[in-house]
Amino acid sequence: MLLVEAWQFILAHPERFLSALWTHIALSASALAIAIAIAVPLGVVLSGTRRAAQFAIAGANVGRTLPSLAVLALVMPIMGTGFVPSLFALTLLALPPILINTYTAVRQVEPDVVDAARGMGMTRNEIRRKVELPLALPVIFAGIRTAAVQVISGAVLAAYIGGGGLGDFITAGIAMMALPQLFVGAIPATLLALGTDRLFGALQRAMTPAGLRS
Amino acid sequence: MTWFLRNWDQVAIALWEHIVISLTSLSIAFAISLVAGILAARHERVFRWALGVSGLLYTIPTLAFLALLIPVVGLGRTNAIICMVAFSLMIMIRNVATGIREVPGDVVEAAKGMGMDAGEILRRIELPLALPVIVAGLRIATVTVISVAVVAAYVNAGGLGTLIFSGISSDHAPKIWAGALTACALAVVADLGLAQLEQWLRRRAA
Repeated sequence: MLLVEAWQFILAHPERFLSALWTHIALSASALAIAIAIAVPLGVVLSGTRRAAQFAIAGANVGRTLPSLAVLALVMPIMGTGFVPSLFALTLLALPPILINTYTAVRQVEPDVVDAARGMGMTRNEIRRKVELPLALPVIFAGIRTAAVQVISGAVLAAYIGGGGLGDFITAGIAMMALPQLFVGAIPATLLALGTDRLFGALQRAMTPAGLRS
Repeated sequence: MTWFLRNWDQVAIALWEHIVISLTSLSIAFAISLVAGILAARHERVFRWALGVSGLLYTIPTLAFLALLIPVVGLGRTNAIICMVAFSLMIMIRNVATGIREVPGDVVEAAKGMGMDAGEILRRIELPLALPVIVAGLRIATVTVISVAVVAAYVNAGGLGTLIFSGISSDHAPKIWAGALTACALAVVADLGLAQLEQWLRRRAA
């Protein structure tokens, strides 16, 4: 029954629904893209250091434990409300899993394999591109997948600091105790999270070199 | 800071509520996961099903989960606790099951040879040896539950999120700081504490 009413609500306010959905996707995708652009190169660089890596990974481990809503809330008094503060907070949330996985992924490439590649006459650059990267990619992608789901989940909370997105329907639904509206926000957000998880899972499998697939 | 000093009792009550709902949820989740995990360790099909279903629950956005429960159980602590239990199941079931599976087969064989029955093997051999892995799962689950509890304040479950939400709605930054920073501190302290426990258990097992 509620589902039908929720569907009717969407049909009655199509542009409101689509714009919230679009904001949600835009917010999540931009946060993820920025986080990837920062954390992947940083993770690769860190894997070659020792002191800096210890420091950064310890920081990322702490960052990973911080509650999403607390991070969003902490950004608000400093940057105010709206899309940009939400984007900033969500990017912060996406960084630790990608950074940790990239670092681990590059570190775990076995020195023997790299030695063999060198023995075959590959240059440093070729080893990076043809050996290290393909071997590290699935693990990096696992980190991106975790971050993606976390960001979509966090973007629902961004409604509290004026970030827009599907969370708006949920907060309005709770405020007015309008149950159908809750569903208008909650069901698409859930499907978005599940779909993203599946999509990135499939990409992760596709990235795995044939020889490593189980 | 001055707000915090003048209202520390308010923060302390919120922190206490936060800890109580987190511990309640963790205890329930632990009991369910122990049973499900032991079964999953023995039967491959239970393993796949339990992880499939709990993994699905784990992926649902927190606020969406709380919202979906409102028509069923309404607002309040029950709603929050169901949600928090659901979020910790995947990690704990997985770790209980893998912990038991990683117990070397010859150790179990030796116990059988000494005349232990299945129940004794489980209680005296498998669970103690799986403990570090189980505690590792408990650690992630604890951090997750503390994080979910912050959001759960929105469905009137109490806790540190209450300070954040009332700070946001009255645009009162010190209140937001107090709620958010205390929640972060709680998560970090719980994580480090359980990491210590895990390491101590591993050393003792080695």
